Amino acid sequence: MRDFLRAPRGGICLAVVGLVMMGWGIFRGELPVVLEKAINICLECIGIG
Amino acid sequence: MDNKKRTNEWKRHGVQAVWALLTNSYLLGFAQGKIYKGKLKNLCVPGLNCYSCPGAVGACPIGAMQAVIGSWNFKFAFYVAGFLMFVGALMGRFVCGWLCPFGLVQDLLHKIPFFRKIDTFQGDKLLRKLKYVILLVFVVLLPMFLVDIMGQGAPYFCKLICPAGTLEGGIPLVLLNQTLRGAVGWLYAWKNVLLLITVFLSVLIYRPFCKYICPLGAVYSVFNPISVFRYRVDKDKCTGCKACAKVCRMQVDPTKNANHPECIRCGACKKACPVKAIR
Repeated sequence: MRDFLRAPRGGICLAVVGLVMMGWGIFRGELPVVLEKAINICLECIGIG
Repeated sequence: MDNKKRTNEWKRHGVQAVWALLTNSYLLGFAQGKIYKGKLKNLCVPGLNCYSCPGAVGACPIGAMQAVIGSWNFKFAFYVAGFLMFVGALMGRFVCGWLCPFGLVQDLLHKIPFFRKIDTFQGDKLLRKLKYVILLVFVVLLPMFLVDIMGQGAPYFCKLICPAGTLEGGIPLVLLNQTLRGAVGWLYAWKNVLLLITVFLSVLIYRPFCKYICPLGAVYSVFNPISVFRYRVDKDKCTGCKACAKVCRMQVDPTKNANHPECIRCGACKKACPVKAIR
């Protein structure tokens, strides 16, 4: 815990910014794009498409 | 390396293996030659783990980023970029050392004995910048600008480079799925050649894909110096013996920079330090 508190503030701030960005991405509808790509076999990824 | 240090390295490999199994726990996929289609795939995993692996239960962040950037209606992936920022700011390249299945594969390959292992070579440092170029060109710029008539870009890193996709998705799916087997062509051959080169180089060089190619490692490396989980060298205790630098297979000298972008937080330096100056 002491180490966590002594951690650079930049890291903590960026982690929070990251969470906000995730929230914004979800809000504007990026999640279905991720899901659609992930639940279908990605032919490019496996070297076919 | 004495027995205690070797045991500790296998402890890390144990964590890597458990994490790889957890994130690839859809065993039915391996039996049927299909992939998991559940809602868990909304979530990204922190390491490089192809979402077309039959066992994968999460989304690869690099694949997901290209999918969103390359989609016709979005040109920036806030969700994935935010996820990478969150994970990177908390852990940095700890993910590479402990939570990446393809990192584990390379770790294990490097244990295969070979008459001459290569620690470093001329141009090594310069070649390590290549992963940043690959991140920018293949993960961001090409999917963004090289688009079809619908305005959609392909995941060019996955398509042209990623050996993890070939190993985790391509080979098992082609072996298990007759329809896919009939569709293989030059691209599949190309990706298998890249995988073979990666496998061979991994025996010679410690984690060549992580050092020179991986765009995910490139992202996390940017956060290494400021991440919450980080190494600290107690200058009062440090005797300057360089035992930590000698044992580091990413060629980092922790006494100069304990949170160097290339450090994957494997912990070898901590264990090697005779005076326990690294925390």
